[in-house]
This record gives sequence, structure tokens and C-alpha cells, in this order.
Amino acid sequence: MTDTTAEAMSCQELVELVTAYLEDALSPAERRRFDDHLAVCGTCQVYVEQIRATIRLAGGVTPDDLSPEAERDLLAAFRSWHG
Amino acid sequence: MLAARDELTALRAGDEAAFLALVRRHNAAMVRVAQIYVGSRATAEEVAQDAWVGVLKGLDRFEGRSSLKTWLFRIVTNLAKTRAVREGRTIPLSALRTPENVPEPALEPERFRAHDDPRWPGHWASKPSEWPEERLLAAETTAIVASAIDALPPSQRAVITLRDVEGWSAEDVCNALELAETNQRVLLHRARSKVRKALEEHLG
Repeated sequence: MTDTTAEAMSCQELVELVTAYLEDALSPAERRRFDDHLAVCGTCQVYVEQIRATIRLAGGVTPDDLSPEAERDLLAAFRSWHG
Repeated sequence: MLAARDELTALRAGDEAAFLALVRRHNAAMVRVAQIYVGSRATAEEVAQDAWVGVLKGLDRFEGRSSLKTWLFRIVTNLAKTRAVREGRTIPLSALRTPENVPEPALEPERFRAHDDPRWPGHWASKPSEWPEERLLAAETTAIVASAIDALPPSQRAVITLRDVEGWSAEDVCNALELAETNQRVLLHRARSKVRKALEEHLG
């Protein structure tokens, strides 16, 4: 059996592991392979940076507002609950 | 924002501002979670409304063993499941519980060289190009992200909304959606990959 953990990581593999990498969920061996690849691959650096940008941009999305009617109904329910 | 204990006290005392703040903080995410189980957006909004009524009913008995947030999302999930059963919908639990059963690559295989490529197996064939910084800051770009999130399958949409839009921790998302950590990560990975791709199509 070949020991895949010793092999260099491919770009395709890195793309599938990027979330686990950012979540700090890779094993130390996998993390090393990831970092080794990233250190020498400018295109994967661009890719990882784009995933980070995606996360940042999602953080800027405003959650949908409640309709004024729904809000009014809920406040009425709250008042009658407390009253 | 009030500390958890103060918030509960304020709610029980009938503090309307505290109630409205809680509703505004969580309602959008509650709708997204309900959408995992029920068919339409409109039904999910009704489920969220019902959940708030459920919260009021249970507030005096709530003992604070879980956080208010966890409790809230348990109520939404249970109501949404009940509603789905009543509407005769098959709950698409497989998408939530065993997402890895249906493989879904982050990028099309054509973006990479073949695995038997003599020189660069699995390396980029069609490289992503860098995004212009100034366009990342445009409001239009955030709108692209919002609509890409809307277009995701319900369980991916719920996970990315809670994690990246609302800023929840992985642990809180796993608790609220009763998800194993690995599945939470698979769903988040697929969601982020698709949103990145939508950005690439827009910015590339």
C-alpha cells in the first residue's frame, strides 16, 4: 500500500480540503502537506484567498428583515402573553 | 446586547424592546433553518412566527440549561418537522445527515489536469484569476453573494447563513441543527465553494 500522506498534495486535493484547513480540522500530517503545497503554489494561494474573501463578503450580507406586519403581530402576541 | 441572564429577566418582565431585539437578531436565521424542512419560504416564515409564540408559551418554564438561542432553534426545528410531516413532505434528511453519500466536487474536474498527467497530475488546468480589490468592496458584489446563498440547497444555505452571515461557531451550528461536526463541515464547504464560484463568474 502506498502511503498517500507522504505524497505531495495536488491542487485538486487542496481545493477540497480548504474548509477543513480553515476550520483547523486537518490532521498534523495533512496540514503539513497542505502548507507545503500552498507555500509553492501561487494559484492555490489565490484560491484560498478567494475563499477567505467569500467568507468576509458573506459576513457583510444583511439578514432579511422581518416584515412590519409580522413584527406587529409578534409584538401583539408578546403583549397579550405578558398582560 | 444584554447578558443572557438579564435578557431572560427582561423578557419575563414584559420588556418589549428586549423581545424585539431578540426577534430581529434571530428571525432571519430561523426562517433559513425552517426551510430545510418545509417547502416554501412563506411556510418557513409562518413556522418562525409560530416558534416565537412557542417561545412565549415556554418562557416561564425555560430553565436555562441550554442557551436561549439553542432552545429557540430547537423549537423552530421541531415545529418545521411537524409541519413537513403534516404537509406530507418527505423530509430530505439525507442532505443534512449524510451529505457525503452524494459526492459534489467544489470545482468541475475539467478545471484540473488529469490524474495520469505525466507532469502535473491534479494541478490547475484552468486557473482562477485574481479578483480586483476595488470590485470586492462594491455593494453589487455583496448582492451577488446574497443571491448565491439564496440559490443553495436548503441545508447548505442554512449552514452558511448561520456560520458566515450570522457568525455562529461550528459547535453552535451543530447543536442547533443536530448535525455531526463532519457533516456541518461538508455542507459549509459545498456552500462556500458555490458562492466563490458565483463570485468568480461575476468578477472573472
